[in-house]
Amino acid sequence: MALAAYPRNAYEKPMIISWLANPERFSKVFAPVRPYLAAATAILFVWGLYLCFASPEDYQQGDTVRIMYIHVPAAWMGLFTYLVMGVSSFFGLIFRHALADAAAKAAAPIGAVFTALALVTGSLWGKPMWGTWWEWDGRMTSVLVLFLFYIGYMALHASIEDEMRAAKSTAILALIGLVNLPIIKFSVDWWNTLHQGASVFRADGPTVAPAMLWPLLIMALAYHLLFIWLWLVRIDSEILSRKYNGLRARISFREGGA
Amino acid sequence: MDLDMGKYAFYVWGCYGVSAVALIGLTVLSVVAHRDRAAKLKALQETLAAEKAQKVDA
Repeated sequence: MALAAYPRNAYEKPMIISWLANPERFSKVFAPVRPYLAAATAILFVWGLYLCFASPEDYQQGDTVRIMYIHVPAAWMGLFTYLVMGVSSFFGLIFRHALADAAAKAAAPIGAVFTALALVTGSLWGKPMWGTWWEWDGRMTSVLVLFLFYIGYMALHASIEDEMRAAKSTAILALIGLVNLPIIKFSVDWWNTLHQGASVFRADGPTVAPAMLWPLLIMALAYHLLFIWLWLVRIDSEILSRKYNGLRARISFREGGA
Repeated sequence: MDLDMGKYAFYVWGCYGVSAVALIGLTVLSVVAHRDRAAKLKALQETLAAEKAQKVDA
């Protein structure tokens, strides 16, 4: 089947979001991209992991600085994935895009895994450096709340059988959870926390030495590509599943009516 | 490249191990679920197509 013509509105601006909101079209456009994304992700992970162990140890943290190369990207991805989930939920709730709920639902388990990894790796770094596995400070507690939002979102989606109702309820929950993102980001500035402040995204530039910044950035890029690839795979899974359920419902209706 | 983490070996390798298991696990689960769903849909579509062809023949 040929792809529908790419539409343009009255002002000749491309309406890419509307055009891609068709699930069938979305699958056709991104299916050929996925293998390249998978390959690029694997290459970046190999390169990033090499740099993680080729970089020098920190004069204060010693070898535990290598934990930062996977802890920080996991934490960034926990936040970024929730933002993606929130934006998708907004489109689903307000504009009723067919694909929006599938996109939000597909992102949730990925975000939950990234956030769980941020918590676990942070704890494993905290024990030798701070002398404690956990501290109820602003940053750590707000990231734990983020993880609970992911779990709540997935539990709510699984508990409501009707897809439309599930989409609406979970979208509202996801939008409420967005409030937590600036709290996480600025928790280290608002409260006196054990967690250190920002050292990469700062107005005056990163304070991390280039030898340690590169492994961090390459790993962050690898985590981003992994997210995009897995997200596309899971959205397509959701589309396939809904198509299957739709066909089954039509068969049941036909058999019931016969 | 230095793989000797000294006294921090448990913490460093623990982090990399947990991350590898979680990310590889998530990837495998996502890809397997995608393949299963594609196969289920294809089988159902083929069954429906066969039924439709039978009706046309009849």
